[in-house]
Amino acid sequence: MIMELDELTISQALQKLKRKEISATELVRNFFNRIEEKDKKILSFLSLNKDSAFLKAKEVDDLIISGKTLPLLAGIPIAVKDNILVEGLRCTAASKILENYIAPYDATVIKRLRDQGAIVLGKTNLDEFAMGSSTENSGFFTTRNPYDSDRVPGGSSGGSAAAVAANFCVFALGSDTGGSIRQPASFCGVVGLKPTYGAVSRYGLISMASSLDQIGPITKNVEDAKIVFEVISGKDPLDSTSVILNPDSSNYQLQIKDLRIGVPKEYFIKGTDPGVENIIKNSIKKAETLGAKIEEISLPHTEYALSCYYIIMPSEVSANLARYDGIKYGYSKLKGQNLLDVYLENREEGFGEETRRRIMLGTYTLSAGYYEAYYLRAQKVRTLIKKDFEEAFKKVDLILTPVSPTPAFKIGEKIKDPLTMYLSDIFTIAVNLAGLPAISLPVGKVDNLPVGLQIIAQPFEENKIFGLGQILEKNI
Amino acid sequence: MISREEVRHIAKLARLGITGKEEEKFQRELSKILDYIEQLKKVDISNVLPTSHSISVENVVREDEIKQQDSEVKKRILEQVPDKKEGHIRVKSIL
Repeated sequence: MIMELDELTISQALQKLKRKEISATELVRNFFNRIEEKDKKILSFLSLNKDSAFLKAKEVDDLIISGKTLPLLAGIPIAVKDNILVEGLRCTAASKILENYIAPYDATVIKRLRDQGAIVLGKTNLDEFAMGSSTENSGFFTTRNPYDSDRVPGGSSGGSAAAVAANFCVFALGSDTGGSIRQPASFCGVVGLKPTYGAVSRYGLISMASSLDQIGPITKNVEDAKIVFEVISGKDPLDSTSVILNPDSSNYQLQIKDLRIGVPKEYFIKGTDPGVENIIKNSIKKAETLGAKIEEISLPHTEYALSCYYIIMPSEVSANLARYDGIKYGYSKLKGQNLLDVYLENREEGFGEETRRRIMLGTYTLSAGYYEAYYLRAQKVRTLIKKDFEEAFKKVDLILTPVSPTPAFKIGEKIKDPLTMYLSDIFTIAVNLAGLPAISLPVGKVDNLPVGLQIIAQPFEENKIFGLGQILEKNI
Repeated sequence: MISREEVRHIAKLARLGITGKEEEKFQRELSKILDYIEQLKKVDISNVLPTSHSISVENVVREDEIKQQDSEVKKRILEQVPDKKEGHIRVKSIL
């Protein structure tokens, strides 16, 4: 019985609540008990929100007893990546510079989830300011992969992916700038969606690289990803880059026989783990057996995506992180003789290694004399990468690739060499540069380590992803 | 290879205090990353327009009007300020 409660999806949990088989309070207590018992080993949470969670659960229970219509996520316990603001809770972005920062307001996604009755259990670990692929860059500790505690959960949303995989919550929120939802979802064997850029409001997300960041769900199945996406997406006046979505797209029914699937040859290259490649190829075959037309395609600028990303992203990072000055909030020593000393000192002591590296890199590529050689050139290459996808989508509806060239790697394996770590994002970053939606769907295991299939769609065609995802989920 | 002087200059532009040991580390690491990035020079970008924003939206405007911030939120924001006086943020003198 207890096992069952942990594993519930959104619709299963709602059904049990509606039938009064369990109360929201019991559901919340059950998850907290499990977290207290098992998170000592996994270390997915940075902070818990017990008092307020039980209060909210009581409100939902009263609503159930009153017999009123329940909102879409009534009583559903969730975990939130600690770079998304939840009013009244500490929000650290896993950085010492924000160690004691209390969020003064809710992010728009949190407001939307709370309006539908979701209950925030706590905040999850990440690489500092979402910069990393393993949570090893967290200013506090490294989260463990629930499948193997010697291995990383992936990153940067490693805490959220591990929390969903370890059944510490029904679903979690992550953010994805270059693969930070999909890669940890792949490593932890859960579903992770990066929505189209602009589909979900970024208001209240601690900015990393603003032209690439998107918030998205990490869930136990595709249906849940769809439910959460529909709640959190849509135009928000507080984020001028958010857009109005087509309300009819939710009813879209995918016919697999009409589906044309592209497999880009540049994503099946030397260096990918043979076990991973095998699993991905088998799932592509599965789609073909089910009736989809498979076609080899080319995305010729793929090899330049990582370089392009490692210019654009740090440039935006260096600008966004200029706000941490120790004057308005955050880590602050005011000992310095003058203002410059105060800045230098607070930012030296407050930021971790990877954050400092990216600020340096971005400042360099934006500095006088280098802007055209680096930043402007990268933006032009970005256009070419985007055009590759536009050309491909004239021929196919969806694109299938691996999420990561390997399953979860060992803690400590890549942290000493930044460039090797960056290469683990090689299959996910082009999607962010082009603003496309993509999901990681668990499709198999290599030596007990999960492997995710990436399904990429055209902008705002999340429903095609959900359609194929649900079909493959049933058949693999 | 970028020089140590360049590293120091960049660190100052970034308002980032760094130690002598770190100068050397950043010199090595940044050079390695910049070498890798060099491959972008192979791409033909003539007649290509830059993309700053992947999903194009028209200029988004709103009325230029003063909106009252929730006083509770205002209070919470000010509570985070390390050094303040009478509802203002105190900063070291810059002149």
